[in-house]
Amino acid sequence: MTYHSLKQLAGQLATGKASSVELCQDYLARIQARNPDLNAFITVDAERTLAEARAADALRAAGNAGPLTGVPIAHKDIFCAEGWLTTCGSKMLYNFVSPYDAHVIEQFKKAGMPTLGKTNMDEFAMGSSNETSYYGPVKNPWDMARVPGGSSGGSAACVAAGLAPAATGTDTGGSIRQPAALCGITGLKPTYGVVSRYGMIAFASSLDQGGPMARSAEDCALLLNVMAGFDGRDSTSLEREQEDYARDLAKPLNGLRIGLPKEFFGEGLTGDTAKAVQEAIAQFKKLGATTVEVSLPNSGLSVAAYYVIAPAEASSNLSRFDGVRYGYRTPDYTDLTDMYEKTRAEGFGSEVKRRILIGTYVLSHGYYDAYYIQAQKLRRLIAQDFAEAYRQCDVILGPTAPTTAFKLGEKADDPVQMYLSDIYTIAVNLAGLPGMSLPCGFDGQGLPIGLQLIGDYFSEARMLNVAHQYQLATDWHQRTPGGF
Amino acid sequence: MSLSLDDVKRIAHLARIRVSDTEAAQTQGQLNGIFSLIEAMQAVDTQGVEPMAHARDVYQRLRDDRATETDRREAYQAVAPQTEAGLYLVPKVIE
Repeated sequence: MTYHSLKQLAGQLATGKASSVELCQDYLARIQARNPDLNAFITVDAERTLAEARAADALRAAGNAGPLTGVPIAHKDIFCAEGWLTTCGSKMLYNFVSPYDAHVIEQFKKAGMPTLGKTNMDEFAMGSSNETSYYGPVKNPWDMARVPGGSSGGSAACVAAGLAPAATGTDTGGSIRQPAALCGITGLKPTYGVVSRYGMIAFASSLDQGGPMARSAEDCALLLNVMAGFDGRDSTSLEREQEDYARDLAKPLNGLRIGLPKEFFGEGLTGDTAKAVQEAIAQFKKLGATTVEVSLPNSGLSVAAYYVIAPAEASSNLSRFDGVRYGYRTPDYTDLTDMYEKTRAEGFGSEVKRRILIGTYVLSHGYYDAYYIQAQKLRRLIAQDFAEAYRQCDVILGPTAPTTAFKLGEKADDPVQMYLSDIYTIAVNLAGLPGMSLPCGFDGQGLPIGLQLIGDYFSEARMLNVAHQYQLATDWHQRTPGGF
Repeated sequence: MSLSLDDVKRIAHLARIRVSDTEAAQTQGQLNGIFSLIEAMQAVDTQGVEPMAHARDVYQRLRDDRATETDRREAYQAVAPQTEAGLYLVPKVIE
C-alpha cells in the first residue's frame, strides 16, 4: 500500500480490508526504516499516531466515518499541533511542544486523519533546498546527493518516498510547488485566504498560504476539501461558501484556453525542462485545449519585490522570538538587551538572520518609500499583469522551477542563486493567486520535472480538473524512485 | 547602494541580533549581493501606482466586543523559559 492513492486507502478502510491502525503501522515502519537516511521527519511519535488511529477506527465502527477517516497524513513542522514538538525547522523552537492546534490541524482531526509525524523544512520556511533546517538537510529520494527543494522539502520527500500518502505544506514564494516539482509529486497552493493561517507559524503574512501535497491532483482535491474553510481567528481568512474541490475532476478539457506567458519560455528555460513542458502542452492540445500566448511583463521583477516584502514581514513576525514566552533562551546574559541579542544570535540560523536584517533595513527610517512602498507598487503591477492575461485564457501554464533538483551544497553559500530557483513561482504569491505543480517528465539524469498551473482567484476546482485530466492521460505522477 | 560595516552593525542592533566583527563582515557581502538583486526595482516608473499591501482587497472584519477565549495561562506558560506566580520572568529592567 506504499504508493496507494488516498481514495484507494479510504476504500480499504471502508471495506474493512485494513484498519487505520494497520495503515499507520505500515507507514511508521517505513519511516523507521528509511527516515534515518532521508531525514524527512523532525518528529515521529508512534504512540500518539496509533492513539489517533485507534480513535479513527472507533469513529468508523460507530458509523461516523467521513471520506478520509483513518487515512494518515504527515504535517509540515510549521503547523502547531497540540502535544507535538513544533520546531519550524529552528533551534529557536527546539523545545516548543505546542499548547494548541492550528486550524488546519483541527480540520484534519475533525476528518479523523491521524498524524504520521512532523516533517522537516527550511528554518522558518526560509529556503529553497531544505539546507537551512537546524535539524539537517532532507535528501531527495530520486538522488540522495541532491536537495528535495524547499521549504516544504520534508513533506515532498516523504510523499515521494512512500513514507506518507500525503502531507501538508505551506507556500510563501514557491515552498509547496518547487519541492513538489523537484520530488515528482503534486502540490497545490490555494488562493490567498482559502486556508486559515491560524497556528501556522508566520513568515510573511500577506503571502503565506497552506496547501496539500500528494501523489495526484485527485488526492490534492480531497485534501483541500478538508483544509479549506473560514476561520475567524485569521483576520485574512475569507468568508466563502464551502466548495467541493473534486466536483469538476471528470470534466473533459474541450475548449480549455491555456495561456503561455512568453516570459516563462524565454532564455532561462532550456534543455530537458523546456522539452518536458512542450510535451505537456502537446498533450493538453490532444485533450482538446487551445493555447494562446500571454504576457506578464513585470514578472521579471517579482524576485526583487519579493525579497523586500517577505523579509520586511518576516522581520516583524519573528520579533516575537525573544526568549521570554517560549522556545530557546541563551544560558548567560547580563541584562534584557543582552538576553534578546544573544538569544536571537544563537537561536536563529544564518539565512533567517539575513532576512531579518534585510527586512529591518527596508523598513527603517529613510528607506521605507524607496524599498517597501516601491515593492508594493510593483506587486500591484504584477497582479494587474495576471488580470490582463486571464481575459484571454482560463489557466496559465509553464515550468515550476528553472532546473531539476540540484546537488546538496551547490547553492548553499550563494543566497542570490538560491533565490532565483523560485523565479517562476514568486509572482503567484505576490498576486495571491492559486498555483500548483504536477510531474510532467524526467531529465536525462532521471530527476523529475514539474509543470506549473496558475489559475485565476478561486479557480482551484478548475485547476484540479485540468491536472487530473492530464494525469489520466499520463503516468508521470505514478513513477516512483528506485530503492523506495 | 551599498551597506557599510557600520550599517550592518546598526541594523543588527535594531533587530536585536548580536553579531561579531567577523560575522558582520561576512554578512555585509551577502546583504550587498541581495540588495543588488533588489535594486532592479528602482528602474521601474511606478508613479501613480497604488501600493498593494495585500493579495486581496478585503476589509478587516470586526467582531463583537466580548470575551471569547478561555483562560489557558498554565498551558501557555508551561512552555516559557522562566515564570513565577503566573508572570514571565526577565532580567531586571528598572532599578
